[in-house]
Parts: sequence; C-alpha cells; structure tokens
Amino acid sequence: MDLHDFSLRQLREGLQKRDFSAQELTQTLLKRIHTLNPELNAFVTVTEAAALESAARADDRLAKGESGTLLGLPMAHKDIFCTADLPTTCGSKMLKNFVAPYSATVVERLAAEGMVMLGKLNMDEFAMGSSNETSYFGPVRNPWNTEMVPGGSSGGSAAAVAAGLVPVATGTDTGGSIRQPAALCGITGIKPTYGRVSRYGMIAFASSLDQAGPMARSAEDCALLLNAMAAHDPRDSTSHPAAASDFLRGLDRPLQGLRVGVPEEFFGEGLDPEVAAAVQVGIDQLAKQGASIQSIRLPNNPHAVSTYYVLAPAEASSNLSRFDGVRYTHRSSAVENLDDLYQQSRYEGFGAEVRRRILVGTYVLSAGYYDAYYLKAQQVRSLIREDFRRAFAEVDVIVGPTTPGPAFALGAKNADPVSMYLADIYTIAVNLAGIPALSLPCGFTQSGLPIGMQLMGDYFADDLLLNVAHRYQQETDWHLARPNLKAGEA
Amino acid sequence: MAFDQDAVRRTAHLARLALPQEEVPAVASQLEKIMSLVEELSAIPTEGVLPMAHPLDLEQPLRPDQVSNQDERQRLMANAPAAEHGLFLVPKVIE
Repeated sequence: MDLHDFSLRQLREGLQKRDFSAQELTQTLLKRIHTLNPELNAFVTVTEAAALESAARADDRLAKGESGTLLGLPMAHKDIFCTADLPTTCGSKMLKNFVAPYSATVVERLAAEGMVMLGKLNMDEFAMGSSNETSYFGPVRNPWNTEMVPGGSSGGSAAAVAAGLVPVATGTDTGGSIRQPAALCGITGIKPTYGRVSRYGMIAFASSLDQAGPMARSAEDCALLLNAMAAHDPRDSTSHPAAASDFLRGLDRPLQGLRVGVPEEFFGEGLDPEVAAAVQVGIDQLAKQGASIQSIRLPNNPHAVSTYYVLAPAEASSNLSRFDGVRYTHRSSAVENLDDLYQQSRYEGFGAEVRRRILVGTYVLSAGYYDAYYLKAQQVRSLIREDFRRAFAEVDVIVGPTTPGPAFALGAKNADPVSMYLADIYTIAVNLAGIPALSLPCGFTQSGLPIGMQLMGDYFADDLLLNVAHRYQQETDWHLARPNLKAGEA
Repeated sequence: MAFDQDAVRRTAHLARLALPQEEVPAVASQLEKIMSLVEELSAIPTEGVLPMAHPLDLEQPLRPDQVSNQDERQRLMANAPAAEHGLFLVPKVIE
C-alpha cells in the first residue's frame, strides 16, 4: 500500500514512528496532485509553498515529542472557506481575484491542530450544482471514470479524496453537496447536525441550510476530522452551544439492537435498480450485524425538492446581493453609471445557474408572491421536520439510497435544470429538517461506478451515524476499493 | 402559471442582473420549468401549520459588546476593483 492510500490513523503512526516526515508526506502528495490534477481538475489552487512551510513546522513539533491527533496530516479545503491571504473563489468569476482578509473558523481550527493544507478544491459556483459543472474553473472529473461527473457541489473534495490526492477534505452541504458527491465518488462524507460546525468565513449560499462537514475514505477518518471541526463559535450566531463532541468515543459500539427504519418513499419510481439492489444488500448487512429493520413512512419527503427550490434560492438571492462590483468582486469595465455597474458586474460575474437561482429567489420573495411560495414552503418545511420527528420516535437510524442513480456523464443534465435538481431528491429533506446524515459506499454498478448508502439520524446523533458506518466498514470492504488511475504511480 | 418574458425582465431588474434581451426567452422557459416544479406545493394542506424558518429553535445568543475585530483596512481595500485615497471608486452618481 502506498502513502496516498493510508488512513489518517496509519499516517499518524508513520509520522510518530518517523517512518516518514510531514515534509516527505506533503511532497509525495504534491507530486501526485501535479500528476493527476490536470485531468481531474479537483484543485483550483495548490498552495505548495505554504504547505511545505507548515509541514516543516509540523516536523519541528513532532521532533519535540508532540503527538496531536492531526499534527502533520495533509488535507485540503473546499474553496468556499476563506483562507487568509490566499485566493478564495467559491468557484465563481465573481471572486476570481478575491484574496480573503481572514480565515474561516474551520480553517483556523484545522491549522491550529497542525494539519497541512495542500490547497483549495474546485466546486460548483457558490455551491449551486450537483455535478461540479457550474464551476467557473471548469468541471471536475470522476476518478472512477473521467467521462463522468463527480457530483456536486463538493465535487473537487470528493474527487481529490477518491483519487488519493488528500486523505481528507472539507465540504459543505446545503441540499446534498457532501453526500451526493461522496456517493458518486465512492467515499464517506457526513453532513453534521445544523449548528455543529461554524459557518464563520464559509461563503453563504442558504444560511438556514448550509452546514460544513468532513469527507474521507472511512467513517473513522470523518470522525477524526469532525472532532477538530465541530465546536461552538461565538462568531456564528447559529453555532450550537453543545456543538463539540468526541466522535471517536462511541465508534466501536456494536449494532446489536439498533433500530433501522427504511422509508418506502426512498424506493419508489426513479430509483436505479442497481442502486436499489446495492442499498438493499447494505441494509441486509446491518441486519446481519444485529440491527432490526422496519419499514417506515416519510410522507412529505416527495415535497422536499420543491420546498427547497423556493427556500434555498430565496436565501441565496438575499445572500448574494452583497456581490455588487464595488468592494471586492468582479467589476464590469463597460459601465456608465452606478446602476449599470451593479447590473453588468453581476451579470458578468455570476454564471447561468447562479443567475437562475437568484432570479427564482427574487421572484418568490417579490411583492404578491411571498405568501404563495415562501411562506407556503416554510410551512411544508415544518411538515417535513414533523415526519422525521415521528420516525425517530420509532427508529434510531433511517437508511436509504443517497442518490437515485450513479454518476452520470458530463453534460448529460445541463440542458434541463430540473433534471439536475432531482439528483438531490433523497438528500434535501435532511437539510430542511437540519438533522445529520452520512453517505458511505455500499457497492458498484456493473460498469464499475460507486453506489452510496445514506444514514440519517436525529438531531445531534452524528456520533451514532459515524458508529454505524464504522461498524459496517469493519465488516465490508467497499470503502477500501480504489479507482484505477492511469498515472497512479506517484 | 406563466413565467413570461416581462416577468423575467422585471425580476432581473429587481435582482440587478443585466440580462441581455437575446437570453430572455431561454431564461423564461427555464424559470417556467422550475416554477412548475414548485407549483405542487399549493396542493399541500398547511392550514394552521407554523412556518419553519430555521432548524434549531434557539434564541439569538448575545455576546458582550466588545471590539473583537482588528483593523483590516489595508487587506480589505486590496480587494477593491478601484480605489483611491483609501476610498472605493464608483461612477459619478451626482452630475
């Protein structure tokens, strides 16, 4: 096994035993990035010099006998997190030249642990997309089949982890943007409970839905990273006072007696039969490990996509009004007056999908339509949360597919925005409710594309989801499969 | 419901997006599709259901009213597309 396949635990052991230094590890992965990234396009910025400096600092600390859990371990951030004095683009032309004046809380926390950031990862523009094709910096390719999309919006994060460019990465999830690309790239990713991870310095898309989380090749590595990410942050007013927790503590609990609910609504029309079959095998595996399985209903889940496409664009249109061409964004050069400056800069700076969502959001919030759309969607959001509340009175974990199908071809869903929106049909309800959910690999299609299984839990049951996923990964080896990359010799 | 070209132009103006006329028909048809997706919400009975604005029923926490930010003026101004004498430049607004 090569360094780029190591888990965080194995890397840490290697660093502690001096099998290799943090600088050697960083150089190995940088070399792999230089070899593979031109095709995958997972990184938009590689911060080579800064990475080697922080690796040198980590080696100093290791030499002094420090043994921090994440000290010297490499990672990369989705380019939605502000990184002081480095570019932060959010996948947009609007922020092409933006240099963040400060770092996000998540960035600060992982740097304080001594982690080595290798760069910033590609993403759908302003996190709006399910295929990573809306990025101003070009699409990311799926390491399992480079004709396919990696999913989105955290597609760069998922592809980088799957291809062994980094062992772990950060992502964000507003309607499925961690779980859907994790499923399509065969990795593990968790969207924590809303309020677990600080949103300070994370560029806002839909503030009542956005949540950051770890993406890795195993549930254990997710738990290690989430331990450092989750904490109460006074700089984010939606940060929960009880956000911090030790997600490693309960990782090994046996699944005996675990009550698993399988929602009928997740296995209806539109679900790819290969995905359905693989998820069923995954559920059987949980039963074999001691869980009791029962069928449940989430009757309002079919309304989640429409609810989301009112609320998320509404919040986005408000959040993105700050990009005005005056202070720190793209500015159109062909303007005569201030109104032109706003209108031209915004038209030129935003891509087509972002503009579409701003228009939908502006429309549903505009005079005469507020009650019919925005208020109505907020009421249906209550019903969706109520479904979960009822379900979690009977079961501990809800299990179903993460996505209706495996990775699709680049360009396949670009003509019709609604067909792209339906890629998130099983992930969106979780964000509306604010509960945690995790995607983990549970099989492959005949054509060799990964399939993801989704675990959903009650508020603050993030540790239980990681526990179930970890136990599952002790008995199965889907998460150990690696894509066959032609230039994989690095 | 009809998302016609007038509605697109009106909404684009509210959103301060200079949508060129040649793009308006295509955008109208895409928005029409999106709005017919969300149209199904109107059939859901929600009488007496409280609107949900946020996942966590938390009160807004208060913190001590102390200065915690540092003076970042130079770093902030470095991102300005046009600046002079430490001020953002915009086209003339008063003739």
